[in-house]
Amino acid sequence: MSVEVRVPTILRPLTGGEKVVTANGETLAAVVADLDGTYPGISDRLLDDSGLRRFVNIYVNDEDVRFLAGLQTLVADQDAITILPAVAGG
Amino acid sequence: MWAKLEDRNPTGSIKDRAVRSMVEQAEREGILKPGATLLEPTSGNTGIALAMISKLRGYQLICVMPENTSPERTQLLTMWGARIIYSSAVGGSNEAVRVAKVLAAENPDWVMLYQYGNPANAQAHYNTTGPELLADLPTLTHFVAGLGTTGTLMGVGRYLREHRPEVKIVAAEPRYGELVYGLRNLDEGFVPEIYDESMLSSRFSVGARDAIRRTRELMDLEGIFAGFSTGAILHAALGIAEKAQRAGESADIAFIVCDGGWKYLSTGAYEGSLNDAETALEGQLWA
Repeated sequence: MSVEVRVPTILRPLTGGEKVVTANGETLAAVVADLDGTYPGISDRLLDDSGLRRFVNIYVNDEDVRFLAGLQTLVADQDAITILPAVAGG
Repeated sequence: MWAKLEDRNPTGSIKDRAVRSMVEQAEREGILKPGATLLEPTSGNTGIALAMISKLRGYQLICVMPENTSPERTQLLTMWGARIIYSSAVGGSNEAVRVAKVLAAENPDWVMLYQYGNPANAQAHYNTTGPELLADLPTLTHFVAGLGTTGTLMGVGRYLREHRPEVKIVAAEPRYGELVYGLRNLDEGFVPEIYDESMLSSRFSVGARDAIRRTRELMDLEGIFAGFSTGAILHAALGIAEKAQRAGESADIAFIVCDGGWKYLSTGAYEGSLNDAETALEGQLWA
């Protein structure tokens, strides 16, 4: 189960500057754990004890996972995951 | 699919509703007095609405606006007599909010209505947009709007939750170029104070390419000339429509046309190839 993960500029120091990385896992939680294996420290930046950090948004195929099943959101082969910091609009 | 044409408001965008509501609330509370100076962080439409109402009511207005916005926004603000303080393109509206908060602290006599944290923003949509939608479209099943200050979605969302709890509230959030997400650290992220996640059923992120493509389709197929944030909203609405169709369900989906395309003509993104248009909007706050 291989998925593409888009990494925001602010986290790229952890991925050796890579913008798009691949990871494996059947849920978002598994994907993050797999990412952390390859890029140690990334999980800490995304999650805290209560789950997703307040200013981190993660989208599976452009849908915000907070409105899916959160970290338990199922991920299918070829899905696209995007990580973005929360920013102001308006 | 039903389009609610909010570009027909006096200054050409849905923000007229929130601005009038916030100004009148502040006047009622005595915070805003004749001759007052207003300060507001804005990427454009809120500032333009506020500039018009300030002109008519004799307030001074200072807008803090990111520098990576279309020149038409500057022209309109200037035309209505507002003063503009530009904030850095890096960090987008986050930076405008930060700069405005610093200025507000330094100038306690200025009045910052602060659209991101002012309940009168959402209240405008609870009082007007929500009831209008239900009156015109009693069969409504989905409401789709843009997520910026979150005012439209929070106000309409709360109204529909109370009156028609089965209606799905869907947010379309513009996904900008990387410049806008160039924060120094994740703790600098921003979630508007009026945002209440429980009002939404789902939330989609829409990039410039899809937003441009849908904006053009709306123009070609329906003759509606809209700004790119509307394209982003339409993209999410069409996604919902497709899902309903696949499930064999009927749906009446209302989406917001936030503003017309006039203010964005200078981007050049209404013509030429999609690749060129996408490049033209890269690094811009296009919604």
